[in-house]
Amino acid sequence: MITTDSGIPVEPWYEPPDGPGPGLGRPGEPPFTRGPYRSMYRERLWTMRQYAGFGSAEDTNARYRYLLEQGQTALSVAFDLPTQLGYDSTHELAGREVGRVGVAIDTAEDMAAVFDGLPLEELSVNFTINATAPVMLAFYLVAAERQGAAPARLAGTLQNDILKEFLARKLYVFPPEPSLRLAGDVVEYCARELPRFNPISVTGYHAREAGCDAVTEIGLTMASAIAYAEHFTARGLAFDSFAPRLSFHFSSQLDLFEEAAKVRAARRLWYEIATGRFGATTAESGRLRFFSGCSGATLTAQQPLNNIVRSTLQCLAAVLGGAQSIHVMGYDEALEIPTEESVRLALRTQQIIAYESGVTRTADPLAGSYFVESLTTELHDRALAVVQRVDEAGGYVHLLEQGVPQRWIAESAYAAELAVQSGDQVKVGVNRFTGGDEAPPPGLFTVDEAAAGRQQARLAARLAARDGAAARQALAGLRDTVTAGRNTMPAFLAAARAGCTVGEICDVLRAEFGEYTEPPPW
Amino acid sequence: MRIVLAKPGLDGHDRGVKVVAMALRDAGAEVIYLGLRQSAAQIVAAARAEDADVIGISVLSGAHLALSRQIRDAQRAAGVADIPLVVGGTIPPQDARALAGLGVQGVFPVGTPIADVVRDVLALSPGGTT
Repeated sequence: MITTDSGIPVEPWYEPPDGPGPGLGRPGEPPFTRGPYRSMYRERLWTMRQYAGFGSAEDTNARYRYLLEQGQTALSVAFDLPTQLGYDSTHELAGREVGRVGVAIDTAEDMAAVFDGLPLEELSVNFTINATAPVMLAFYLVAAERQGAAPARLAGTLQNDILKEFLARKLYVFPPEPSLRLAGDVVEYCARELPRFNPISVTGYHAREAGCDAVTEIGLTMASAIAYAEHFTARGLAFDSFAPRLSFHFSSQLDLFEEAAKVRAARRLWYEIATGRFGATTAESGRLRFFSGCSGATLTAQQPLNNIVRSTLQCLAAVLGGAQSIHVMGYDEALEIPTEESVRLALRTQQIIAYESGVTRTADPLAGSYFVESLTTELHDRALAVVQRVDEAGGYVHLLEQGVPQRWIAESAYAAELAVQSGDQVKVGVNRFTGGDEAPPPGLFTVDEAAAGRQQARLAARLAARDGAAARQALAGLRDTVTAGRNTMPAFLAAARAGCTVGEICDVLRAEFGEYTEPPPW
Repeated sequence: MRIVLAKPGLDGHDRGVKVVAMALRDAGAEVIYLGLRQSAAQIVAAARAEDADVIGISVLSGAHLALSRQIRDAQRAAGVADIPLVVGGTIPPQDARALAGLGVQGVFPVGTPIADVVRDVLALSPGGTT
């Protein structure tokens, strides 16, 4: 029996004597306001998934082994900027970005080295990759193939949300239409071949981090999910064939009750959209599951240890909202890539909330609070108004091409900055209570300046060792597939197996699709 | 005063540079924001064409040293080394000195109050004001 610390029995969930009201349901039941699963964390804790990657494949492999030894339950791959934008480590634009904000991956061999000794059939792996998502998925599948792992057993999530790159994260390469086609190729392929894999994670996180509020975050996320679903159904995919594997990604910031209410509202809204707009015929098609990324934008360079407390509140908000997986920021991330010590502390934060706080004992513990239920309804209604505004303005992709939601976010970010400057928004250690040690935390991460050179040398060696004719043939096959309008995933896999680089593959795509330049912000 | 702002390199984090652009605009400066993934040559050419008083770049990927060096080199090559270069972003304390050594005249790490950025940038213009 599960009890409180004083021995009081705790029920799996609580509800009024006359049953749950409309719009609420029970945990694991439509409209899923109270959570996607009946028993929530009693049966299975959220996945603790720290976003990590830097330097070469070996550096990143060592960090993953460390995190798993410390009790992390899944992996989350950070790629460097050249990899995310489809340039090889030797490209002139790659320069000092190689291995800087994530791991450098040039070939499928590099991906295999990242997961060397890590059993992919047993691990769930998240990939923060978008413009080059299908290429990285192909590299990953080749790495899994080398381990003898069955595709049907691979679990994980490919972010593959290119629309939010145009909106906020800005690592787009190709224009919106071909980008959507590539995203759809992945979704179609995964629906057939990778039943345990989430082929897309529809993301509000980056818009929020870039400056919008919680209402706009869920409103734009829903508008984005609608745009994908319309695109995928227009190419002939049945909504119910892909909707159950859609995953979502939200930010968790400091307004504890609003953050918890936000994801309850998002679940309700997505269920309504899935059933009302797309005619979902199974409940799973409208069951929103999400990854919560705690907020980097709320952390401060001043008095960085204070960030541990901020991250704890954000992680708690995500848990109270019913997240399926969580990343907690390192306290030193306003200054550098987190150290081993700081990522361990972030993981310990999750573990303390999971194993010591008791909040996991009952599903949706805030349900029935007058305040939280009122906030949930209000957030739902206001986010729905954002969705309607997007519909009336001609749809989400059209608005993105005009730069309209980008301007909403920038204006909101500026207002937030002015509020900190005026003191209306208190930031402890920044504009109030600023006394004390201003020194940076000891032992910031130091970048291995030689890592980029090693990666470039490795790439040269791999190019020299491969069968050049086979690689050229694979690239020609990819070009034919692209122009013929067929699903590109098999061609990416063939190119990955032939030792083609991310740069070579993306050069084919750049030649066929062109490159995107965003509209000026003003 | 006229300032050219840009994001060099591959980094896409543009929240900070846009906030700075709006704050400088509200302080009376003329701001020309070039956008993302600008090369050193593009930035310097724009600064020359616009007769800029200051060049400002924002880097959150950690590549600020290499990118600043490239821009200073391009400035010298174009004969406009006298236009002050300022840099904002995720800049660890020890790198501020290295940036100064490259001739960067203002370094604004994450956490710098926006009013300080505006004050210091305006002070770099020829008359010291807008």
